[in-house]
Amino acid sequence: MKVLELSQKLGYKILTEDPAPLEKEVTGVYTCDLLSHAMAKINQGDVWITVHTNLNVIAVASLTDCACVIIPEEIEVEEQTLIRAKEKGVAILSSSISAAKLCYEITDSIRELQ
Amino acid sequence: MGGVVVRQYDIPANDFTVAGEASSNVRKILSQLGVSPDIVKRTSIAMYEAEINAVIHGNGGQALVEIDTDKIYIRISDQGPGIADLELAMQEGYSTAPDSIREMGFGAGMGLSNIKKHADQLKIDTEIDKGTTVNITVFFKPQTGV
Repeated sequence: MKVLELSQKLGYKILTEDPAPLEKEVTGVYTCDLLSHAMAKINQGDVWITVHTNLNVIAVASLTDCACVIIPEEIEVEEQTLIRAKEKGVAILSSSISAAKLCYEITDSIRELQ
Repeated sequence: MGGVVVRQYDIPANDFTVAGEASSNVRKILSQLGVSPDIVKRTSIAMYEAEINAVIHGNGGQALVEIDTDKIYIRISDQGPGIADLELAMQEGYSTAPDSIREMGFGAGMGLSNIKKHADQLKIDTEIDKGTTVNITVFFKPQTGV
């Protein structure tokens, strides 16, 4: 399942305009707000859910090659973060629900395809 | 892969608009050279942590990167305050980062231990009021006896 398909299926808002990163394959989900911990644990292809919206999120997403970043509970994302996301080819999505609920429904969606 | 690739980067102090750029660039070079994704990830994490430490604690610094046929060597040096108790600083959970840094998701006291976990060799030289130099080596293939 690609990031675009995930966003369409579960109704996540896409905040980044670049279509290329939306073609990345989603293979897992991980949530953590400690950047050092997240960086060490995120696997390639994971959706990373975090409440942080600063520039460092893009650095961590890029270094780990995660499928995309999802910001829960409609937390607003800084403009400079979206600009950097475009530069680095990172897709940022947004949802109104909590990180815990996002984990459940993304995991369910991945399992349905297995 | 032939010859040694050498890169040098400046790491500005407290500037998160460019923090991680050196690590990101090295990650790109390693990927282009065909280094395995696992090694690229380990190298990127170790270097990024050291780079962020220089940004947060070291008043910025410099990065030297040497990519050889069998390994990558990274030296991150700063002229900051130095580390008073290196043994304590290496312990996971110990941090001197201010609240402003913690609010960004850093400062959990995992930086140095994360470097140690992901590097094959780590040597830290530090002196109070002189600065800190972090030497990281990652081998491209498993080393016997390392």
